[in-house]
Amino acid sequence: MYVVIVGCGRVGSALALGLVSEGHKVAVIDEDEDALLRLGEDFPGDFVHGVGIDIKSLEKVHTQNADAFVAATDGDNTNIVSAQLAKERFGVKCVVTRVYDPHRARFFKEQMGISTICPTADTINLLATAVRTCAVNP
Amino acid sequence: MFVVIAGGGKVGRTLARILISRDNEVMMIEQDRRRYQRLTQEFEESVMFGDATEIFNLERAGIERADVVAAVTGDDEDNIIICQVADHKFNVPKSIARVNNPENQEAFDVLGVGPTVSATNSLLSLIEHEMPAHKLVHLLNLKKENLEIVEVMVEDGSPLALKRIEEISLPAGVLLISILRDNQALIPQGSTELRAGDQILAILEPGREDELTHLFLSV
Repeated sequence: MYVVIVGCGRVGSALALGLVSEGHKVAVIDEDEDALLRLGEDFPGDFVHGVGIDIKSLEKVHTQNADAFVAATDGDNTNIVSAQLAKERFGVKCVVTRVYDPHRARFFKEQMGISTICPTADTINLLATAVRTCAVNP
Repeated sequence: MFVVIAGGGKVGRTLARILISRDNEVMMIEQDRRRYQRLTQEFEESVMFGDATEIFNLERAGIERADVVAAVTGDDEDNIIICQVADHKFNVPKSIARVNNPENQEAFDVLGVGPTVSATNSLLSLIEHEMPAHKLVHLLNLKKENLEIVEVMVEDGSPLALKRIEEISLPAGVLLISILRDNQALIPQGSTELRAGDQILAILEPGREDELTHLFLSV
């Protein structure tokens, strides 16, 4: 499988390393050239210095050939736009994006057809469950 | 008309000022605290603090009853998101987006965001309009005779279009020798009218090229 990942922070880089270790082909885009350091010297995938909403950067990594596309920069709006471009402009079927803001995550998932993962909403649920559990078994 | 303006930079506040002076209602959203505080001095209740890409802030701004949303922040991804939320969540009748980086224009188009306004693209098209498609082309250089033959085109909107040759005051040392029109070469006479798209062959003394192109560009 060929996966394009936008954003090479903690999440993007760990995901990239995990996927290559399973034998998948991976390309990573980040606006910070130093982000490449997170992938280590012998990273077998591609790294492109660029921006996720820039069509030229997406073309450089042949996004049209991607089986999956992940937008995991620290910017919600960059992720949402990047994911939509992967879907609409490059025809990638599997597009997943991280969106911190639960309202934007829900809106773009429900009305714009983008698969969003919202760490904030997940954390809220986990915390609520934890609180309920200790309230029941103090 | 009620207009929500996302972004209180130079574009946003100038727009707000003009709209208010024409008796429109405006709500401007600015996410930089300091800039917001400066803006309140002029715009008072017509400016609010917050990130306009947050749905909650758009609601506070009154987007539900907005006639127009103008997304004019300095971030293209933000402007795209604001317009998409305005269009698809709040059914705002019209949303307008500013394109900061002309290379992102395609992204706006692909995602159906617009109409878009790009200062850089507007400037570019103005400049291109002022430049001949192919400048003057040198066809023949008669060095010994100190003459050269060049080709120059009558652009759309050139002041020479629809002028008769006799009405044109050619610089000294320049002579029009032929007009190429619809694949035919015409020998110009005083009464011949120039048309946009004509290719003009001219004979001139070297060094007079600028005077000739200038003539084709301005009155």
